[in-house]
Amino acid sequence: MTAVGDELPSLSVQVTRKDLVRYAGASLDFNPIHWNEPFAKEVGLPDVIAHGMLTMALAGRVVTQWVSDPGKVLQYGVRFTRPVVVPNDDKGATVELAGKVREVNEDGTVRVDITAKFDGKTVLGKAQALLKLP
Amino acid sequence: MALDPSFIGRSYPASPVYQVSRAKIREFAEAIGDDNPLYSDPAAAQAAGYSDVVTPPTFLTIINLAAINVVIEDPELGLDYSRMVHGDQSFVYNRQVCAGDELRVVVHIEDIMHRASNDFINMRADIVDADDEIVVISYAQLVVRDAAKPEEAAV
Repeated sequence: MTAVGDELPSLSVQVTRKDLVRYAGASLDFNPIHWNEPFAKEVGLPDVIAHGMLTMALAGRVVTQWVSDPGKVLQYGVRFTRPVVVPNDDKGATVELAGKVREVNEDGTVRVDITAKFDGKTVLGKAQALLKLP
Repeated sequence: MALDPSFIGRSYPASPVYQVSRAKIREFAEAIGDDNPLYSDPAAAQAAGYSDVVTPPTFLTIINLAAINVVIEDPELGLDYSRMVHGDQSFVYNRQVCAGDELRVVVHIEDIMHRASNDFINMRADIVDADDEIVVISYAQLVVRDAAKPEEAAV
């Protein structure tokens, strides 16, 4: 049985510049702050940063790998609190993702809190999913 | 420059129809590193009760972003794109979207606020299928930040 406090299997994902270009093409989000270093620095960023929606997608994997079926996700939301800065090297940035059951409801739904960390700091706030368990 | 609060409650015309395809779902799933077979194997998706392969939870960002861009580029609203960041995003799923779905997006401006020299604009996008049923609702907050503090909330 699922209980409050249960931890979901965590994930560690490496994000390189190549991954950002690939995600830009897949999502059709071509904002240059995600691939053009001079542009990113011109608007005051330390370097190229990952798409917030990519970080949200990676955090969503914690939930979908736990329930197996993405159709069990009823709601999913995040707040973007800090950028994931991606240097131009082979390693890129490492994002650490985890999840924990916050509520088990009588209607068979479960609320999960998700955490996403880069460089030891959280990059998503209020990251939560509401799931329907089988 | 603060955004005009008279835009609260405004709706934009429905987007053109977007047909969800197996190839785009697979491409998106690969881009987020997710090898769930329900995204790539029609037989696995059908065995799970779906008509075809299914979309990852954030897949509809593709059409959500395009619809939001119509608002961002509305010359009457006059939003400064160079100072804009995505503040938050959430999705409410009424049903699972599958390959073959034909979707349109209708964007509504729900709120406009001005706090501490930043503008906040809350948008709701109703994503509807060919039967005019709302399949997913997207809520997004965009922040037009003060140009003096670009490093704080930029994503």
